[in-house]
Amino acid sequence: MARLKLLIKITVLILMCQMSLAGIAQETFPVNGISNPKIACYAFTNATIVQDPARTIANGTLVIRNGRIISVGDKQTPIPKEAEVIDCSGKYIYASFLDLFSGYGTPAVKKAPQVFTNTPQFISNTKGAYGWNQAIKSEVNACDLFTINGADAKKIRDAGFGSVVIHQMDGIARGTGALVTPGSKRENELMIKEKAAAFYSFDKGSSTQTYPFSLMGSIALLRQTFLDARWYKTNPAGEGVNLSLKAWNAQQTLPQIFSAENKWDVLRADKTGDEFGVQYIIKADGNEYQRMAEMKATNASFILPVDFPLAMDLEDPADARYVSLADMKHWEMAPTQPAAFEKAGITFCFTPFGLKDVKDFIPNIRKAIQYGLSEQKALEALTTTPARIIGTNDLLGSLETGKIANLLITSGPLFEEQTIIYQNWIQGDKYAINEDALFDVRGSYNMVVNNAGNGINYTLQIGGSVKIPAVTVIHGNDTLPGKINVEGQTVSLTFPCKKGAKQQILLSGTGSIAGWNGVGRDTAGTSLYWTAKLIQPAQSLNTKQGDALRKISNVNAAIYYPFNGYGWENKPEQQTLLIKNTTVWTNEKEGRLQNRDVLIKNGKIAQVGKDLTAPGARIIDGTNKHLTAGIIDEHSHIAISGGVNEGSNTVTAEVRIEDVLNPDDINIYRQLSGGVTASHILPGSSNLIGGQSQLIKLRWGAGPEQLKFGNNDPFIKFALGENVKHSNRSERPGTRFPQTRMGVEQALIDVFTRAGEYAKKGNGVRKDLTLDALVEVLYKKRFITSHSYVQSEITMLMEVAERFGFRVNTFTHGMEGYKVAGQLKQHGAGVGTFSDRWAFKMEVVDGIPYNANILSKVGVITAINSDDAEMARRLNQEGAKMMKYGGMSEEEAVKLVTLNPAQLLHITNRVGSIKEGKDADLVLWSDHPLSIYAKAEKTMVDGIIYFDIECDRLLRKRISEERNRLIQKMIAEKKKGGPLQKAKATEEEVWSCEGLYGEEEQL
Amino acid sequence: MRYKKVILIISLTVLLRVKSNAQETVYPAPPQSSPVYLTNATIHVGNGQVVNNGTIAFADGKIIAVGNEITVPVTGTKIINCSGQHVYPGLIAASGNLGLAEVSSIKSTNDYAEIGQLSPAVRSLVAYNVDSKVINTLRSNGILLAHIVPQGRLIAGTSSVVQLDAWNNKDAVYKKDNAIHFYIPGLRMEAAEDGDEAGGGNMQRVMGAIRQARSFLAEARAYLKESNHAAINLNYEAVKGLFNHQQKLIVHCNGVKEMLMAIDLGKEQEIDIVIAGGTDSWMIADLIKQHNIPVILNAPHRLPVMQDDDIDQPYKTAWQLHRAGVLFCIGQEGSYQLRNIMFNAGTTAAYGLTKEEALAAITLNTAKILGIDSVTGTLEAGKDANVLVCAGDILDMRTSIILRAYIQGREIDLDDKHKQLNERYKRYYNLK
Repeated sequence: MARLKLLIKITVLILMCQMSLAGIAQETFPVNGISNPKIACYAFTNATIVQDPARTIANGTLVIRNGRIISVGDKQTPIPKEAEVIDCSGKYIYASFLDLFSGYGTPAVKKAPQVFTNTPQFISNTKGAYGWNQAIKSEVNACDLFTINGADAKKIRDAGFGSVVIHQMDGIARGTGALVTPGSKRENELMIKEKAAAFYSFDKGSSTQTYPFSLMGSIALLRQTFLDARWYKTNPAGEGVNLSLKAWNAQQTLPQIFSAENKWDVLRADKTGDEFGVQYIIKADGNEYQRMAEMKATNASFILPVDFPLAMDLEDPADARYVSLADMKHWEMAPTQPAAFEKAGITFCFTPFGLKDVKDFIPNIRKAIQYGLSEQKALEALTTTPARIIGTNDLLGSLETGKIANLLITSGPLFEEQTIIYQNWIQGDKYAINEDALFDVRGSYNMVVNNAGNGINYTLQIGGSVKIPAVTVIHGNDTLPGKINVEGQTVSLTFPCKKGAKQQILLSGTGSIAGWNGVGRDTAGTSLYWTAKLIQPAQSLNTKQGDALRKISNVNAAIYYPFNGYGWENKPEQQTLLIKNTTVWTNEKEGRLQNRDVLIKNGKIAQVGKDLTAPGARIIDGTNKHLTAGIIDEHSHIAISGGVNEGSNTVTAEVRIEDVLNPDDINIYRQLSGGVTASHILPGSSNLIGGQSQLIKLRWGAGPEQLKFGNNDPFIKFALGENVKHSNRSERPGTRFPQTRMGVEQALIDVFTRAGEYAKKGNGVRKDLTLDALVEVLYKKRFITSHSYVQSEITMLMEVAERFGFRVNTFTHGMEGYKVAGQLKQHGAGVGTFSDRWAFKMEVVDGIPYNANILSKVGVITAINSDDAEMARRLNQEGAKMMKYGGMSEEEAVKLVTLNPAQLLHITNRVGSIKEGKDADLVLWSDHPLSIYAKAEKTMVDGIIYFDIECDRLLRKRISEERNRLIQKMIAEKKKGGPLQKAKATEEEVWSCEGLYGEEEQL
Repeated sequence: MRYKKVILIISLTVLLRVKSNAQETVYPAPPQSSPVYLTNATIHVGNGQVVNNGTIAFADGKIIAVGNEITVPVTGTKIINCSGQHVYPGLIAASGNLGLAEVSSIKSTNDYAEIGQLSPAVRSLVAYNVDSKVINTLRSNGILLAHIVPQGRLIAGTSSVVQLDAWNNKDAVYKKDNAIHFYIPGLRMEAAEDGDEAGGGNMQRVMGAIRQARSFLAEARAYLKESNHAAINLNYEAVKGLFNHQQKLIVHCNGVKEMLMAIDLGKEQEIDIVIAGGTDSWMIADLIKQHNIPVILNAPHRLPVMQDDDIDQPYKTAWQLHRAGVLFCIGQEGSYQLRNIMFNAGTTAAYGLTKEEALAAITLNTAKILGIDSVTGTLEAGKDANVLVCAGDILDMRTSIILRAYIQGREIDLDDKHKQLNERYKRYYNLK
């Protein structure tokens, strides 16, 4: 340790020598005139020096020279002779802040509009030897782009920052960021480190290229780029020079910073990083406190913004109606985020990014402290932590010998409400922030006016504001209204000679805060002398100390899981349940059993029988009720973030729904209330191969990974027909192949041919995520569910599959399946169809509600599914319609939405029927499950009751009370005159198969 | 067991009726030639009354008697034993674009939305396609009358009520030009994602549009006070019925603010207002009742508006309106979707209404709101014989199987394209 310290000292010495040799930098620049070398050496004395969050020196001295700190210590610290001494009595010195996430000094980025077109742009528009995708901009270096912007720099300095890592905020890979200071010298001098970090996001920014069109596409592109970059290291002959990949590889050694847009994006970024051995540093968004356990598990360091939402103006109830409780709660709880991160032991720093006005930065840090953050952690997050995160703690973050002279001079402890920053010294140069406050003349003075040897005593009371002081002159018992004008170090003062008199005494003088002296005239015109000496400074802003921030104690700290009105405060737990005396629809050969008991243990169906007992079990009376297996929706688009369909390229087999699950979707809960326990979440249908689907269980409150069904066969979504060929998008002809069903077949054959060849190539080839998924299909490890309508395309896909030696698992929609039922049966495909939709587009004009009946009778496994968040809430009724249309038996009708979809999804070993050993994914109905009058009273997954009609009533009550409380709180905020924003409606993402980004293609 | 019987009945019916026809041979029925007596039935009158083991008689297209004590003549009549079956008034689709949109994705088949903002002169009846393939799929589910509603911007046009067994537009007419349709643009404030700038402007535009419609009505009102005009204004002429209360102004809106505007408009212009949509009508049900504004409620099978709403809110809105005493019926958008109106009604019966009240929401109440309750909507003597015979409870999928249907006494063919395709492929697979 001692040796290390010595080493550091030597290094610092060498550094200092080099610097003093350099003197004023930039010798390469010619001088026009006589050169003006300066000794930029300053000694700050008598200050409270907060060296770093853990060390404070009272009455200390800090010396800087040529932009570096050369010594720091107590008042014995030697002061070089050439130093200009700055008395900092009563003042505090801190290290200036460091922001890791800034766009300062880089060109403004114009986001490309997401256009829904049938003429996509397939390849990057970036000119030069770069990669194929316009959103991968690894070749961009902020150091090349950096130009000073005086106005912006001032704002940054005024907020307390002495250095910022800037990057061009554009694209998924954004290239490198540079560490610069917000000074006003030449760019050359302001740049501390050219490449300080590499930046990433899921936002394609200005890229006009169609791919990626969705969040899942962004993730896939990122993953593929990791693979391509590795492969590029082998200098593949065909690729030539790819500057984007080259730059990507070069910048992997830098700190990797990922900009996430919400808590789930944080997990998505981290998971992607984990896959490729990268630990991202994550710029969070603001709602991460809602999932602290998951945040902690990322092991990431975080950059936290503090753009806490403002209260909304909710006085108009018609507006309040459209604002969700979740948004209101977020307003209340967002300032707790930094405290939550501290409590969780997560490393984090702050960024002003996202603030409309960077002036709010320190006030918002103070707010975070009021909401539980410790002052020490707050200071760390502004100084030492960001410096450590990007490995520049040798230069920045604290006040230590050898470090860059970035320091703040403040009126008092940084986080006290009244404290102001006087100056921000950056690289040893002074930048004024609130210097006026340094010349605060307010206070009480003893004034002596000497007129021909007679000294008259007055008391001056200077009040008013720092900028415009006001004065009253007290003489004996008289209070005289005076006028004072202070200009820097000069002062002029007039006041009446006595009370009520018009005649004025005129004084003029110079001096400092401690006092003035000067000359003047009395009423007779006689010259006089005067002096004034400060006896008591005003209890003004800059001197008031000791008021620690008031902590907020009334934050409603209950986080709901998920963060939604219907979320849990305490997640429901698995119990031993005994449902007594109910009608059990087994979906097994026993059929429907009357008056049975069902025992549920450890999430499984333990026993079905009569007169069962189980000590300690929770008894549920099932008398006059019906128990069925949970409904399984084979075709659903709930719980998705950032677009249901990549939909840009014809084949996007690489995209995965698992990457974009959204556990907050209220439709999970709504569908539990309709008896749904599992949903097959599919990509949309606007391209031939839409991507990899994800089977989930509706575990309301779980995170994205826990939503996954688990250990099930993976599936992939294909689509055929009008959507794929862009039939209904525009009157203009499209440019994406295929535009006909003829082309659809060839596109399929082509892609499977490529996949087959790829599979044979073995090691050493470029790993292609698109083809990997298709190879899995060829090897029967991944299964197809294909959007389809007309008979010809159904037949075609089966023939293509047979040609390549595999089978199509499911035709979803399959509205004309009834026309080719025999072929379907022979091929071994099943159908997941609608009950009675038709006529909304040309390919469904022969859709009939008898489809499921005909298919079932021919022996094709058939399910009824929703493709619709609304219909999914009453799939039991959609099954019941098959009794009406074609006379299906009750038990078969129930199977259409339970056992049959389980068969299509290869999960009958786990779910789909009521059988001992299977998962307890069950619904207790108030009535016959096919009746329109039936309600799901309890819906359980893995033996956990996620929907209970009684509990739902309590949740409604809580929603109503909490909404009311928060609306009142916001109104109170408005009355108080606090900052306010207009009410903003809460929007939800509801997808259907046919829509992209909420734009209905055709339904 | 009961359902097996039902299935047997339907199979028999199908066997009897279907002669491997194409849809084109589903002929409109000739006028009623002899009296019909449906006996031993459970008769749901439509006004809340249920006659058990009753008889309904109709002749010359009109109902002549309903009750338990009806004497059935021995000769000259058609007597049908409906034992175990249920008899209902023909269902009425209160909204939708039936016959105006055949395949909605294909522009050339769409005739439901004209351009322009103030075009009440535009009439749905002229574009109504009596040969739409969709129509028969509704009839076979018991929908015998439909309100054909033009869509568009602001004051979009004039609707009519048609009966669904017609050779042409003329004989389809049930009530011509009964209502004018005003679509109030939504007044929901912008979302957070929209940014600050987008919002305010939008709200102003919406308010401007509403003012435009109000002043149109005020101008029309003034214009119509004078009978001699140098230049005829067709759009002003088209709304004449509003001011003499021969027509209603159906205002399509869902939010509270929009509905309040609709109510105001009615008071200001002294015209009869109907709210159509009314998603949030439950919030102001008392106020709506106070002003006696009827509501064509949009289909209960929809998602709640906001994530915090009661998850069953759309299911129970009908009951909340009923409780407040509001006259309401259940509507549904679209064309092919209309065949599910009875299930939408059924859901309201699971969430507060009685089954008979739910039935009234697709029969009598609809007739009242559309202004046709003097001739239909219930099974009462003197009204048109728009009658259904159903295998069981019409509101429940399991038993909602229409065995017979009469429009103005004419027994209509219940065949449709879907049944025909079903038969075609049953034959192919040799299925029973």
